[in-house]
Amino acid sequence: MKPAAFRYHRARDADGAVRLLAELGEEAKALAGGQSLVAMMAYRLARPRHLVDIGGLRELDRLRTDADGALRVGALTTHHTVERAPDSLLGPGFAVVRETMRWIGHLPIRTRGTAGGSLAHADATAEWCLLAVALDAELHVLGPHGTRRIAAADFFLGPYTTALEPDELLVEIVFPHPAPYAAVTEFAERRGDFALASAAVVLDRDGGTVRGGRVALGGVGPVPLRAAAAERVLADGGTFAECARAAADALPEEGRGAAYRRQLIRTLVRRACEEADAR
Amino acid sequence: MSDHPPDLPLTEPADAGTDPALERQLLVLDVNGAAHEVLCEPRRTLVDVLRHDLGLTGTHVGCEHGVCGACTVLLDGRPVRACLLFAVQAEGAAVRTVESLSDGRELSDLQQAFADHHALQCGFCTPGFLMLAEGFLAERPDAGRTEIRELVAANLCRCTGYQPIVDAIHGCATARRAVRREN
Repeated sequence: MKPAAFRYHRARDADGAVRLLAELGEEAKALAGGQSLVAMMAYRLARPRHLVDIGGLRELDRLRTDADGALRVGALTTHHTVERAPDSLLGPGFAVVRETMRWIGHLPIRTRGTAGGSLAHADATAEWCLLAVALDAELHVLGPHGTRRIAAADFFLGPYTTALEPDELLVEIVFPHPAPYAAVTEFAERRGDFALASAAVVLDRDGGTVRGGRVALGGVGPVPLRAAAAERVLADGGTFAECARAAADALPEEGRGAAYRRQLIRTLVRRACEEADAR
Repeated sequence: MSDHPPDLPLTEPADAGTDPALERQLLVLDVNGAAHEVLCEPRRTLVDVLRHDLGLTGTHVGCEHGVCGACTVLLDGRPVRACLLFAVQAEGAAVRTVESLSDGRELSDLQQAFADHHALQCGFCTPGFLMLAEGFLAERPDAGRTEIRELVAANLCRCTGYQPIVDAIHGCATARRAVRREN
Protein backbone atom coordinates (compact mmCIF):
# COMPACT_ATOMS: atom_id res chain seq x y z
CA MET A 1 0.00 0.00 0.00
CA LYS A 2 1.01 3.63 -0.28
CA PRO A 3 1.60 5.62 2.91
CA ALA A 4 -1.01 8.21 3.87
CA ALA A 5 -0.14 11.81 3.09
CA PHE A 6 1.99 13.79 5.50
CA ARG A 7 3.91 17.02 5.69
CA TYR A 8 7.66 16.70 5.43
CA HIS A 9 10.07 18.74 7.54
CA ARG A 10 13.82 18.46 7.23
CA ALA A 11 15.71 19.15 10.45
CA ARG A 12 18.95 21.14 10.16
CA ASP A 13 20.31 20.16 13.58
CA ALA A 14 19.22 18.22 16.66
CA ASP A 15 17.95 21.32 18.49
CA GLY A 16 15.91 22.29 15.45
CA ALA A 17 14.43 18.80 15.26
CA VAL A 18 13.36 19.00 18.91
CA ARG A 19 11.85 22.46 18.37
CA LEU A 20 9.89 21.11 15.40
CA LEU A 21 8.70 18.06 17.34
CA ALA A 22 7.59 20.30 20.23
CA GLU A 23 5.73 22.61 17.87
CA LEU A 24 4.02 19.85 15.89
CA GLY A 25 3.04 17.76 18.91
CA GLU A 26 1.83 14.18 18.91
CA GLU A 27 0.91 14.21 15.22
CA ALA A 28 4.61 14.27 14.35
CA LYS A 29 7.16 11.46 14.17
CA ALA A 30 10.91 11.67 13.79
CA LEU A 31 12.18 9.89 10.68
CA ALA A 32 15.68 8.39 10.92
CA GLY A 33 16.52 5.52 8.54
CA GLY A 34 12.83 4.70 8.16
CA GLN A 35 13.27 0.93 8.05
CA SER A 36 10.49 0.39 10.58
CA LEU A 37 8.50 3.60 10.27
CA VAL A 38 8.16 3.63 6.46
CA ALA A 39 7.06 -0.02 6.46
CA MET A 40 4.47 0.74 9.15
CA MET A 41 3.30 3.74 7.14
CA ALA A 42 3.00 1.54 4.04
CA TYR A 43 0.69 -0.73 6.04
CA ARG A 44 -0.99 2.42 7.39
CA LEU A 45 -0.38 1.14 10.89
CA ALA A 46 1.27 4.52 11.33
CA ARG A 47 -0.28 7.67 9.85
CA PRO A 48 1.73 10.60 11.18
CA ARG A 49 0.58 13.97 9.84
CA HIS A 50 4.12 15.30 10.03
CA LEU A 51 7.51 13.70 9.57
CA VAL A 52 10.59 15.41 10.92
CA ASP A 53 13.48 13.99 8.91
CA ILE A 54 16.59 13.81 11.07
CA GLY A 55 18.47 11.68 8.52
CA GLY A 56 20.76 14.53 7.56
CA LEU A 57 22.08 15.23 11.06
CA ARG A 58 25.62 13.99 10.52
CA GLU A 59 26.62 14.92 14.07
CA LEU A 60 24.50 11.98 15.27
CA ASP A 61 26.24 9.53 12.96
CA ARG A 62 29.36 8.65 14.90
CA LEU A 63 30.92 5.83 16.80
CA ARG A 64 33.65 6.27 19.37
CA THR A 65 35.11 4.91 22.57
CA ASP A 66 35.81 7.18 25.51
CA ALA A 67 38.99 7.34 27.53
CA ASP A 68 37.07 5.64 30.37
CA GLY A 69 36.33 2.69 28.08
CA ALA A 70 32.68 3.48 27.32
CA LEU A 71 31.33 2.99 23.81
CA ARG A 72 29.29 5.90 22.49
CA VAL A 73 27.01 5.26 19.54
CA GLY A 74 25.38 8.26 17.87
CA ALA A 75 21.67 7.66 17.30
CA LEU A 76 21.99 7.85 13.51
CA THR A 77 24.80 5.32 13.24
CA THR A 78 23.56 2.61 10.88
CA HIS A 79 23.68 -1.07 11.75
CA HIS A 80 25.96 -1.45 8.75
CA THR A 81 28.44 1.15 10.01
CA VAL A 82 28.68 -0.79 13.28
CA GLU A 83 28.93 -4.10 11.43
CA ARG A 84 31.90 -2.81 9.44
CA ALA A 85 33.57 -0.83 12.23
CA PRO A 86 37.29 -1.54 12.61
CA ASP A 87 38.83 -2.66 15.90
CA SER A 88 40.18 0.85 16.41
CA LEU A 89 36.59 2.05 16.84
CA LEU A 90 35.05 -1.05 18.32
CA GLY A 91 37.69 -2.86 20.36
CA PRO A 92 37.48 -6.36 21.81
CA GLY A 93 35.42 -5.07 24.71
CA PHE A 94 32.54 -4.34 22.37
CA ALA A 95 32.98 -6.94 19.66
CA VAL A 96 29.60 -8.29 20.78
CA VAL A 97 27.92 -5.10 19.56
CA ARG A 98 29.46 -5.50 16.11
CA GLU A 99 28.68 -9.21 15.93
CA THR A 100 25.06 -8.70 16.90
CA MET A 101 24.46 -6.56 13.80
CA ARG A 102 24.38 -9.57 11.49
CA TRP A 103 21.13 -10.67 13.13
CA ILE A 104 19.36 -7.46 12.11
CA GLY A 105 17.25 -7.87 8.97
CA HIS A 106 19.31 -8.02 5.81
CA LEU A 107 22.12 -5.96 4.30
CA PRO A 108 19.81 -3.44 2.52
CA ILE A 109 17.98 -2.89 5.82
CA ARG A 110 21.21 -2.51 7.77
CA THR A 111 22.57 0.10 5.37
CA ARG A 112 19.65 2.42 6.23
CA GLY A 113 18.41 1.37 9.66
CA THR A 114 19.91 3.17 12.66
CA ALA A 115 20.71 2.30 16.26
CA GLY A 116 18.59 5.15 17.60
CA GLY A 117 15.69 4.42 15.29
CA SER A 118 15.62 0.81 16.38
CA LEU A 119 15.71 1.71 20.09
CA ALA A 120 13.05 4.40 19.76
CA HIS A 121 10.84 2.02 17.78
CA ALA A 122 11.26 -0.55 20.60
CA ASP A 123 10.17 -3.75 18.93
CA ALA A 124 10.23 -6.44 21.65
CA THR A 125 12.59 -8.59 19.57
CA ALA A 126 14.93 -5.83 18.34
CA GLU A 127 18.62 -6.61 18.74
CA TRP A 128 19.63 -3.08 19.81
CA CYS A 129 17.01 -3.17 22.58
CA LEU A 130 18.35 -6.49 23.81
CA LEU A 131 21.93 -5.18 23.71
CA ALA A 132 20.93 -2.03 25.59
CA VAL A 133 19.34 -4.05 28.40
CA ALA A 134 22.07 -6.69 28.53
CA LEU A 135 24.95 -4.17 28.51
CA ASP A 136 23.22 -1.69 30.82
CA ALA A 137 23.26 1.11 28.26
CA GLU A 138 22.43 4.69 29.06
CA LEU A 139 20.26 6.50 26.53
CA HIS A 140 20.88 10.20 26.04
CA VAL A 141 17.78 12.08 25.08
CA LEU A 142 17.48 15.67 23.90
CA GLY A 143 14.31 17.61 24.70
CA PRO A 144 13.19 21.24 24.66
CA HIS A 145 14.75 21.74 28.10
CA GLY A 146 18.06 20.02 27.48
CA THR A 147 19.37 16.49 27.73
CA ARG A 148 18.45 13.74 30.13
CA ARG A 149 19.87 10.26 30.56
CA ILE A 150 17.65 7.22 30.80
CA ALA A 151 18.90 3.78 31.85
CA ALA A 152 17.93 1.05 29.38
CA ALA A 153 16.05 -0.69 32.20
CA ASP A 154 13.76 2.35 32.48
CA PHE A 155 13.53 3.16 28.77
CA PHE A 156 11.34 0.37 27.43
CA LEU A 157 7.79 0.59 28.78
CA GLY A 158 6.06 -1.90 26.48
CA PRO A 159 5.91 -3.02 22.87
CA TYR A 160 6.69 0.02 20.70
CA THR A 161 6.48 2.18 23.81
CA THR A 162 9.40 4.00 25.40
CA ALA A 163 10.04 6.69 27.98
CA LEU A 164 10.61 9.19 25.14
CA GLU A 165 8.21 12.15 25.14
CA PRO A 166 6.80 13.21 21.75
CA ASP A 167 9.15 16.21 21.72
CA GLU A 168 12.26 14.27 22.69
CA LEU A 169 14.93 12.84 20.46
CA LEU A 170 17.26 9.97 21.29
CA VAL A 171 20.70 11.32 20.38
CA GLU A 172 23.26 8.90 21.79
CA ILE A 173 23.54 5.43 23.26
CA VAL A 174 26.32 4.90 25.79
CA PHE A 175 27.53 1.43 26.70
CA PRO A 176 29.46 2.15 29.90
CA HIS A 177 31.30 -1.13 30.46
CA PRO A 178 33.33 -3.21 28.02
CA ALA A 179 31.97 -6.75 27.76
CA PRO A 180 34.74 -8.92 26.32
CA TYR A 181 32.96 -12.18 27.22
CA ALA A 182 29.54 -11.61 25.75
CA ALA A 183 27.41 -13.06 22.97
CA VAL A 184 23.99 -12.61 21.41
CA THR A 185 22.10 -15.29 19.58
CA GLU A 186 18.58 -15.67 18.31
CA PHE A 187 16.20 -17.81 16.33
CA ALA A 188 13.89 -16.68 13.53
CA GLU A 189 11.78 -18.74 11.14
CA ARG A 190 13.91 -17.46 8.27
CA ARG A 191 17.21 -15.64 8.44
CA GLY A 192 16.54 -11.92 8.72
CA ASP A 193 12.99 -12.22 10.00
CA PHE A 194 11.96 -10.87 13.37
CA ALA A 195 13.36 -13.17 16.01
CA LEU A 196 10.98 -15.54 17.75
CA ALA A 197 13.30 -15.35 20.72
CA SER A 198 16.78 -14.07 21.45
CA ALA A 199 19.31 -14.26 24.24
CA ALA A 200 22.23 -12.11 25.32
CA VAL A 201 24.81 -13.29 27.85
CA VAL A 202 27.55 -11.17 29.42
CA LEU A 203 29.93 -13.18 31.56
CA ASP A 204 32.09 -11.84 34.40
CA ARG A 205 35.24 -13.87 34.19
CA ASP A 206 38.17 -13.98 36.52
CA GLY A 207 40.87 -15.62 34.48
CA GLY A 208 39.23 -18.76 33.19
CA THR A 209 36.58 -18.89 35.91
CA VAL A 210 33.05 -17.56 35.46
CA ARG A 211 32.12 -15.48 38.52
CA GLY A 212 28.67 -14.46 37.37
CA GLY A 213 27.02 -12.64 34.54
CA ARG A 214 24.02 -11.00 33.01
CA VAL A 215 21.39 -12.78 30.96
CA ALA A 216 18.82 -10.87 28.91
CA LEU A 217 16.04 -12.32 26.79
CA GLY A 218 14.16 -10.91 23.84
CA GLY A 219 10.83 -12.01 22.42
CA VAL A 220 9.56 -13.51 25.68
CA GLY A 221 7.86 -10.39 27.02
CA PRO A 222 6.70 -6.93 25.99
CA VAL A 223 10.27 -5.62 26.37
CA PRO A 224 13.71 -7.29 26.65
CA LEU A 225 13.99 -8.75 30.14
CA ARG A 226 16.82 -9.74 32.46
CA ALA A 227 16.61 -13.37 33.55
CA ALA A 228 17.28 -13.06 37.29
CA ALA A 229 17.04 -16.79 38.01
CA ALA A 230 19.57 -17.60 35.29
CA GLU A 231 21.92 -14.89 36.60
CA ARG A 232 21.73 -16.37 40.09
CA VAL A 233 22.83 -19.74 38.71
CA LEU A 234 25.88 -18.10 37.11
CA ALA A 235 26.73 -16.22 40.32
CA ASP A 236 26.43 -19.46 42.31
CA GLY A 237 28.87 -21.26 40.04
CA GLY A 238 26.29 -23.37 38.19
CA THR A 239 26.87 -24.79 34.73
CA PHE A 240 25.71 -23.14 31.52
CA ALA A 241 23.13 -25.90 31.10
CA GLU A 242 21.72 -25.13 34.56
CA CYS A 243 21.72 -21.43 33.77
CA ALA A 244 19.81 -22.07 30.53
CA ARG A 245 17.31 -24.29 32.30
CA ALA A 246 16.71 -21.64 34.95
CA ALA A 247 16.05 -19.03 32.24
CA ALA A 248 13.54 -21.33 30.54
CA ASP A 249 11.86 -22.47 33.77
CA ALA A 250 11.13 -18.86 34.74
CA LEU A 251 8.97 -18.40 31.62
CA PRO A 252 5.21 -19.02 31.69
CA GLU A 253 4.12 -22.64 31.25
CA GLU A 254 0.69 -21.80 29.88
CA GLY A 255 -0.27 -20.11 26.64
CA ARG A 256 0.13 -20.64 22.95
CA GLY A 257 3.61 -21.83 22.05
CA ALA A 258 4.80 -21.61 25.68
CA ALA A 259 6.47 -25.02 25.70
CA TYR A 260 8.23 -24.31 22.43
CA ARG A 261 9.40 -20.90 23.63
CA ARG A 262 10.83 -22.40 26.80
CA GLN A 263 12.69 -24.97 24.75
CA LEU A 264 13.99 -22.25 22.45
CA ILE A 265 15.20 -20.06 25.32
CA ARG A 266 16.93 -23.01 26.93
CA THR A 267 18.86 -23.69 23.73
CA LEU A 268 19.62 -20.03 23.00
CA VAL A 269 20.84 -19.17 26.51
CA ARG A 270 23.12 -22.17 26.59
CA ARG A 271 24.47 -21.32 23.14
CA ALA A 272 25.05 -17.67 24.12
CA CYS A 273 26.82 -18.74 27.34
CA GLU A 274 29.14 -21.04 25.42
CA GLU A 275 29.88 -18.45 22.74
CA ALA A 276 30.53 -15.77 25.36
CA ASP A 277 32.86 -18.10 27.24
CA ALA A 278 34.75 -19.08 24.07
CA ARG A 279 35.91 -15.51 23.32
CA MET B 1 -22.02 -2.63 -8.99
CA SER B 2 -21.33 -1.18 -5.57
CA ASP B 3 -23.21 -1.56 -2.32
CA HIS B 4 -21.87 1.78 -1.17
CA PRO B 5 -24.73 4.16 -0.36
CA PRO B 6 -24.88 6.68 -3.21
CA ASP B 7 -25.33 9.64 -0.88
CA LEU B 8 -22.01 9.14 0.91
CA PRO B 9 -18.82 10.41 -0.63
CA LEU B 10 -16.27 7.64 -1.23
CA THR B 11 -13.51 9.75 0.20
CA GLU B 12 -13.52 12.56 2.66
CA PRO B 13 -13.59 15.93 0.94
CA ALA B 14 -10.15 17.41 0.56
CA ASP B 15 -9.43 20.51 2.57
CA ALA B 16 -7.12 22.63 0.51
CA GLY B 17 -5.91 24.46 3.62
CA THR B 18 -4.79 21.52 5.74
CA ASP B 19 -4.67 18.47 3.49
CA PRO B 20 -1.01 17.54 3.11
CA ALA B 21 -1.94 15.38 0.09
CA LEU B 22 -2.26 18.57 -1.90
CA GLU B 23 1.28 19.62 -1.06
CA ARG B 24 3.99 18.84 -3.50
CA GLN B 25 7.65 19.62 -3.26
CA LEU B 26 10.39 20.06 -5.79
CA LEU B 27 13.22 17.56 -5.45
CA VAL B 28 16.51 17.28 -7.22
CA LEU B 29 17.66 13.67 -7.44
CA ASP B 30 20.96 12.36 -8.73
CA VAL B 31 20.05 9.17 -10.57
CA ASN B 32 22.62 7.24 -12.59
CA GLY B 33 24.84 10.31 -12.74
CA ALA B 34 22.23 12.74 -14.03
CA ALA B 35 20.33 15.39 -12.06
CA HIS B 36 16.53 15.12 -12.26
CA GLU B 37 13.97 17.59 -11.01
CA VAL B 38 10.82 15.96 -9.68
CA LEU B 39 7.67 17.59 -8.34
CA CYS B 40 5.96 15.11 -6.03
CA GLU B 41 4.17 14.57 -2.75
CA PRO B 42 6.44 13.87 0.23
CA ARG B 43 4.87 10.43 0.60
CA ARG B 44 6.14 9.34 -2.81
CA THR B 45 8.65 6.55 -2.29
CA LEU B 46 11.91 6.47 -4.22
CA VAL B 47 10.82 3.44 -6.21
CA ASP B 48 7.63 5.19 -7.35
CA VAL B 49 9.57 8.28 -8.40
CA LEU B 50 12.06 6.14 -10.33
CA ARG B 51 9.32 4.25 -12.16
CA HIS B 52 6.52 6.78 -12.56
CA ASP B 53 8.26 10.15 -12.65
CA LEU B 54 11.56 9.21 -14.26
CA GLY B 55 10.34 6.28 -16.37
CA LEU B 56 13.13 4.05 -15.07
CA THR B 57 11.03 0.91 -14.95
CA GLY B 58 14.01 -1.43 -14.65
CA THR B 59 13.60 -1.18 -10.88
CA HIS B 60 10.66 -3.39 -9.97
CA VAL B 61 8.28 -3.00 -7.08
CA GLY B 62 6.89 -6.01 -5.31
CA CYS B 63 5.71 -5.96 -1.72
CA GLU B 64 6.00 -2.20 -1.02
CA HIS B 65 6.96 -2.81 2.58
CA GLY B 66 10.57 -3.86 2.55
CA VAL B 67 10.31 -7.63 2.48
CA CYS B 68 10.87 -8.80 -1.10
CA GLY B 69 13.85 -6.71 -2.25
CA ALA B 70 12.64 -6.37 -5.87
CA CYS B 71 13.13 -2.60 -5.60
CA THR B 72 16.76 -2.73 -4.41
CA VAL B 73 18.87 0.16 -5.74
CA LEU B 74 22.17 1.65 -4.65
CA LEU B 75 22.26 4.79 -2.53
CA ASP B 76 25.80 6.17 -2.37
CA GLY B 77 26.96 2.73 -3.49
CA ARG B 78 25.08 0.73 -0.84
CA PRO B 79 22.08 -1.47 -1.50
CA VAL B 80 18.80 -0.11 -0.08
CA ARG B 81 15.09 -0.89 -0.42
CA ALA B 82 13.69 1.86 -2.63
CA CYS B 83 10.20 1.23 -1.20
CA LEU B 84 11.37 1.99 2.34
CA LEU B 85 12.72 5.38 1.41
CA PHE B 86 10.76 8.48 0.56
CA ALA B 87 12.23 10.07 -2.54
CA VAL B 88 12.83 13.25 -0.59
CA GLN B 89 15.23 11.33 1.67
CA ALA B 90 17.41 10.51 -1.34
CA GLU B 91 18.16 14.16 -2.08
CA GLY B 92 21.89 14.74 -1.92
CA ALA B 93 22.77 11.08 -2.43
CA ALA B 94 23.81 9.26 -5.60
CA VAL B 95 21.12 6.79 -6.70
CA ARG B 96 22.06 3.94 -9.03
CA THR B 97 19.49 1.72 -10.67
CA VAL B 98 19.79 -1.42 -12.78
CA GLU B 99 19.80 0.77 -15.89
CA SER B 100 23.29 1.94 -14.91
CA LEU B 101 24.83 -1.51 -15.14
CA SER B 102 25.10 -1.62 -18.90
CA ASP B 103 25.13 0.79 -21.83
CA GLY B 104 22.28 -1.13 -23.45
CA ARG B 105 24.50 -2.85 -26.01
CA GLU B 106 26.57 -5.18 -23.87
CA LEU B 107 25.71 -6.77 -20.55
CA SER B 108 27.91 -6.04 -17.53
CA ASP B 109 29.97 -8.93 -16.19
CA LEU B 110 27.48 -9.40 -13.35
CA GLN B 111 24.50 -9.46 -15.72
CA GLN B 112 26.34 -11.86 -18.01
CA ALA B 113 27.07 -14.14 -15.04
CA PHE B 114 23.33 -14.20 -14.24
CA ALA B 115 22.62 -15.21 -17.85
CA ASP B 116 25.39 -17.81 -17.94
CA HIS B 117 24.28 -19.46 -14.70
CA HIS B 118 20.55 -19.33 -15.51
CA ALA B 119 20.08 -17.22 -12.42
CA LEU B 120 16.67 -15.98 -13.56
CA GLN B 121 13.50 -17.47 -14.90
CA CYS B 122 10.61 -14.99 -14.79
CA GLY B 123 13.05 -12.14 -14.18
CA PHE B 124 10.85 -10.10 -11.86
CA CYS B 125 13.31 -10.20 -8.95
CA THR B 126 16.43 -9.91 -11.13
CA PRO B 127 17.00 -6.12 -11.04
CA GLY B 128 16.87 -6.26 -7.24
CA PHE B 129 19.31 -9.15 -7.05
CA LEU B 130 21.66 -7.46 -9.51
CA MET B 131 21.81 -4.23 -7.50
CA LEU B 132 22.09 -6.15 -4.24
CA ALA B 133 25.07 -8.06 -5.62
CA GLU B 134 26.58 -5.00 -7.30
CA GLY B 135 26.65 -3.04 -4.03
CA PHE B 136 27.76 -6.03 -1.99
CA LEU B 137 30.68 -7.06 -4.25
CA ALA B 138 31.98 -3.48 -4.36
CA GLU B 139 32.39 -3.66 -0.58
CA ARG B 140 33.19 -7.36 -0.20
CA PRO B 141 35.07 -8.38 -3.37
CA ASP B 142 36.60 -11.38 -1.61
CA ALA B 143 33.33 -12.79 -0.32
CA GLY B 144 32.93 -16.56 -0.45
CA ARG B 145 29.86 -18.68 -1.04
CA THR B 146 28.71 -18.67 2.60
CA GLU B 147 28.63 -14.91 2.76
CA ILE B 148 26.88 -14.74 -0.63
CA ARG B 149 24.24 -17.22 0.53
CA GLU B 150 23.57 -15.03 3.53
CA LEU B 151 23.39 -11.97 1.29
CA VAL B 152 20.80 -13.33 -1.12
CA ALA B 153 18.47 -14.17 1.77
CA ALA B 154 17.69 -10.43 1.60
CA ASN B 155 15.63 -10.80 -1.58
CA LEU B 156 12.85 -13.12 -2.65
CA CYS B 157 13.09 -15.28 -5.77
CA ARG B 158 10.25 -17.71 -6.33
CA CYS B 159 11.62 -19.38 -9.48
CA THR B 160 15.22 -20.38 -9.18
CA GLY B 161 15.65 -21.85 -5.72
CA TYR B 162 18.56 -19.40 -5.27
CA GLN B 163 21.34 -21.88 -6.12
CA PRO B 164 21.97 -20.44 -9.61
CA ILE B 165 21.87 -16.89 -8.18
CA VAL B 166 24.56 -17.82 -5.67
CA ASP B 167 26.54 -19.43 -8.49
CA ALA B 168 26.24 -16.30 -10.64
CA ILE B 169 27.36 -13.88 -7.93
CA HIS B 170 30.15 -16.19 -6.85
CA GLY B 171 31.18 -16.70 -10.48
CA CYS B 172 31.29 -12.96 -11.09
CA ALA B 173 33.31 -12.36 -7.91
CA THR B 174 35.77 -15.10 -8.85
CA ALA B 175 36.22 -13.72 -12.37
CA ARG B 176 36.78 -10.20 -11.02
CA ARG B 177 39.39 -11.53 -8.60
CA ALA B 178 41.20 -13.26 -11.47
CA VAL B 179 41.26 -10.01 -13.46
CA ARG B 180 42.54 -8.15 -10.40
CA ARG B 181 45.39 -10.64 -9.98
CA GLU B 182 46.42 -10.27 -13.61
CA ASN B 183 46.62 -6.51 -13.38
